Amino acid sequence: MRNVFIIAGHELSGYFATPVACVFIVIFLVLQGALTFNLGGFFDRGQADLNPFFTFIPWVFLLLVPAITMRLWAEERRLGTIELLLTLPITQTQAVLGKFLAAWAFCAIALVLTFPFVITVNILGNPDNGVIASGYVGALLVAGAFLSVGAAMSALTKNQVIAFVLAVAVCFVFAVASYPVVTDFLSRNTPVLAEIARRIAVIDRYQDFTRGVVSVRDLIFFATFIGFWLFLNAVLVEQRKAD
Amino acid sequence: MLIEIDGLTKRFGSFTAVDRVSFNVARGEVLGFLGPNGAGKSTTMRMLAGFMIPTTGTARICGHDVQGDGVAARRALGFLPEGAPTYPEMTVSAFLTFCAKIRGFAARDLTQRVERAVGLTRLDSVLLQPVETLSKGFKRRVGLAQALLHDPPVLVLDEPTDGLDPNQKHEVRALIAQMAPEKAIVISTHILEEVDAVCSRAIIIAAGRVVADATPAELQARHPSGKLDDVFRQMTTEPV
Repeated sequence: MRNVFIIAGHELSGYFATPVACVFIVIFLVLQGALTFNLGGFFDRGQADLNPFFTFIPWVFLLLVPAITMRLWAEERRLGTIELLLTLPITQTQAVLGKFLAAWAFCAIALVLTFPFVITVNILGNPDNGVIASGYVGALLVAGAFLSVGAAMSALTKNQVIAFVLAVAVCFVFAVASYPVVTDFLSRNTPVLAEIARRIAVIDRYQDFTRGVVSVRDLIFFATFIGFWLFLNAVLVEQRKAD
Repeated sequence: MLIEIDGLTKRFGSFTAVDRVSFNVARGEVLGFLGPNGAGKSTTMRMLAGFMIPTTGTARICGHDVQGDGVAARRALGFLPEGAPTYPEMTVSAFLTFCAKIRGFAARDLTQRVERAVGLTRLDSVLLQPVETLSKGFKRRVGLAQALLHDPPVLVLDEPTDGLDPNQKHEVRALIAQMAPEKAIVISTHILEEVDAVCSRAIIIAAGRVVADATPAELQARHPSGKLDDVFRQMTTEPV
């Protein structure tokens, strides 16, 4: 575990050593603010909750999370530093976990910096802060899910652009899997797949959290989802590290 | 034997990059690993470092199988990968501290280890500079410092003097010679005079196969001219 945290710390400081962290956080906050206040009609609704804020978060993550993960492995392979990292006395699993945790912690920092929304809504009205808290938990889990997909995609290629596009595409599929567009089409042709699509939809699970429901089933879903992609990530690194 | 390599083979599709390479290196030996570009030197070293998985064959470092017991093997190994890759945006000091932490050092011990490695490779003047701003020679020495941090019994250095100026080359060779008695060292190189200067033994590899394994003096005797250059050319250009 010690090694995982050393790698995570090393990775996290890497974000802040370059403008990546700053650009990401600023764009995230600006985008989130613009969407919540303008498109979401935060003030016009006259309700003391953060629903507009939480509605847009997965879509903003869909675009920005792959931007964090695209470099995770692709960059290491392009620079050749992967050879250095993986010949240190660590296991591959530790490297995979460390990188993932660093990216996740980074997303958590970005989420924490949205605190002015919480303050605003508390000044203007009397919101249910429990619902807000569970919404944040959900948002963090969505970030984790997208990060795990993105990290695996980054292990697939040396090219960061390809890693980014693949990650957005795969995350998008899991985001909209339960939407009528997908399920209607599937249930007309292969009803079994439609049922599966409904169950693996990340956004559906997330919506429970935004309603203030934290269920064990949803937590297990996210844990399994992230676990699966991290496992795939480790397999891909093992397969492709020396190419 | 600190390094044991037994029948190491690596195939990429139908291409055999390394073909049944076997050799041992004992404490006190400095093995020069020679061969033309693409002969399989780096591939062999990568397999020895546990980075590449051999198609067949095994390698052991201090008795630890590099695949089966990789972490223990890598703990005993200082490895300088080809091209000495380092994280460009990190400072030299941050980079070495990170490597030392991963190697399990902490507190005073860590500081001393880093200081020692920095002293050996003369990096004092650039400690707080990001690696990307350094010259090629300094970058190579950062890679070298990383390999020496934990004072490992086994050193595998892929072209340690590439990109260094003549003075720096001399220093690195002196450093290798100074460490030689307690360690098993493998260095790959294109510079044949280096073999004469620091190696107690040389292996020539061509098209993935070991074509010679002898002391530098023995190798020189294999060509009428007595020059290592000629021996090298003769052995590596012969149709295999």
